[in-house]
Amino acid sequence: MKVAIASGKGGTGKTTLATNLAVVAAELGRSVAYVDCDVEEPNGHLFLKPTIEHRQPVTPLVPHVSVEACDRCGLCAQVCQYSALVWLGDKPLVFPELCHSCGGCALVCPKKAIIEVPREIGTVETGHAGRARFVHGLLNVGEAKSPPVIRAVRAAAPEADWQLIDAPPGTSCPVVAAVRGCDFVLLVTEPTPFGLHDLKLAVETVRQIGVPMGVVINRADIGDGRVATYCAAEGISVLLTIPDDRRIAEAYSRGELIVTARPDLRAALAGLWEEVEGLVTVHEEASRTA
Amino acid sequence: MRELVVISGKGGTGKTSLAASFAVLAGNAVVADCDVDAADLHLVLSPQIQRREEFRGGHEAVIRQGDCIRCGACVTYCRFAAVGQYPGENDISAPRGPHSACKGCDFCRRSCSVRTYEILREMWEASGGNGPPVFAIDPLACEGCGVCVRFCPVHAIDFAERACGEWFVSDTRCGPLVHARLGAAAENSGKLVSLVRAQAREVAKNTGRELVIIDGAPGIGCPVIASLTGVTAALIVTEWTVSGQHDLERVAGVARHFGVPAWVCVNKWDINPDVTQQIEAAARRRGMHIAGRVRYDKAVTAAQVAARTIVEFTTDGVASDVRALWQEMDAYLNASAAQPASDHEATRKPTVELRSST
Repeated sequence: MKVAIASGKGGTGKTTLATNLAVVAAELGRSVAYVDCDVEEPNGHLFLKPTIEHRQPVTPLVPHVSVEACDRCGLCAQVCQYSALVWLGDKPLVFPELCHSCGGCALVCPKKAIIEVPREIGTVETGHAGRARFVHGLLNVGEAKSPPVIRAVRAAAPEADWQLIDAPPGTSCPVVAAVRGCDFVLLVTEPTPFGLHDLKLAVETVRQIGVPMGVVINRADIGDGRVATYCAAEGISVLLTIPDDRRIAEAYSRGELIVTARPDLRAALAGLWEEVEGLVTVHEEASRTA
Repeated sequence: MRELVVISGKGGTGKTSLAASFAVLAGNAVVADCDVDAADLHLVLSPQIQRREEFRGGHEAVIRQGDCIRCGACVTYCRFAAVGQYPGENDISAPRGPHSACKGCDFCRRSCSVRTYEILREMWEASGGNGPPVFAIDPLACEGCGVCVRFCPVHAIDFAERACGEWFVSDTRCGPLVHARLGAAAENSGKLVSLVRAQAREVAKNTGRELVIIDGAPGIGCPVIASLTGVTAALIVTEWTVSGQHDLERVAGVARHFGVPAWVCVNKWDINPDVTQQIEAAARRRGMHIAGRVRYDKAVTAAQVAARTIVEFTTDGVASDVRALWQEMDAYLNASAAQPASDHEATRKPTVELRSST
């Protein structure tokens, strides 16, 4: 089962929830893998402190034009939808950072003057954090496109009964790359106007991807009650509320798990596992009968 | 023209609350909300929309089922696993190669460049007479490369422009706001950010304003790069946590990579003064400037609930921190405006504008 932890707004507590859920599940003897897909700013390792056993570069293919073989027909630049291969004067110019590695230019070249060469844009690291398996990706600084790294992280995610996918914030393509193909999404939010607004956007995104979801409200005592009202109106279950507690904030700031600062939250997180499991089963049965 | 971008690396550190207050304090700026994924500035600036435009970014491939011969070439060409394959049925009207509607003219086999006929026959046989599978493109996975469109042997794939969102030019109580809304699960956020920035500069030019304040996105990827390249200064808002420190280093690396002067502000600093000092010392070592500190204050959330900026909601406490922060940034922006324009341009590192992104 793959459960993604996502949010529209950043800084709502995705990583806090994902890392603590992973630890609680591992303690209960479950087979669990923590999969950090926030490859722009991965933070899970700061809390899980994993032992990295394997490191692998992410190397999507980009075109290389052989000037001798090129007959300057210009088809490659015509076919490129990303302006990653443009015609400047009388020769083709490649902007590898804009390339999506679709392979179109190499396929279309009548002279076979274009070959595709790997280009490193990030790294995937796998290992262990206690009894939990661990994998995360790092987009190289200065690189624009995170989805290839996210896809590489997901491909490298170790086999486990439960994969916990820590998604990047937002609502666009990196989120789709992290959430697509998951069985359930936990949306983390906070009860503020920004939190509510971005939650609505996230709900719309997850509905488009077509994955069942539930909401976790973090720092539940700040702001106002409009998030809970919205969830009730939309028929989305609020599966957990985490209080606004200085002990939690301080543990987080030091890179400690919140179940260390508030051991009483262990039971709530274990309960969340069971609720998610139940909701996924209900959803599977509903889609079978549909 | 000067541009100040407020970014953070880590999300939820207070970018938007600070950018909104800066808009009020600057008085005569154009504001650009470049967090197009999850734009929130409008929640506190209450814009009156004056202009609304559709944002089209790239194209989307769609198979015309009536013309598709179900050869599967698109599946083999697609690098994004966007073409789904669904069980075929026998109720498709057009001729489909070797099944009941086929007249046996053999034209497809003789003319096919991608051995479709053989593939089709295998599919037909494997399906036990149900017909070859139906193919459809998942719009969420399609990156609009157009390879399937070009190589479809029967040209059965449409390639229409994709509507990815909207952008707006609005009036607010503290000047014009250019903002946008990227469609849910859409692509091309970097391209939309570039568009919002260009429009904000245009509005500034037309209304005689000298400053654009940009609210950036979290992360270090394409929307951040698009909001950062070529600005006068970047203010990085961070917090006193291990995540905040880690993410600050990465986003500062992006600013350095693109030659943008970076300023740092630790938000909620008084909760951990020791870590705040460490962050500031590390930032100085890396050649960044310290813009100021903002204390922890429940008034920040209360202001948001009241749809006001911090400096409108209260005058003392956290509001005085924000004012001091703005004075520091404003002084720098004014000093850099006083430089001869040619010098300033010359110090900028040439950058490739993001025309497209994932």
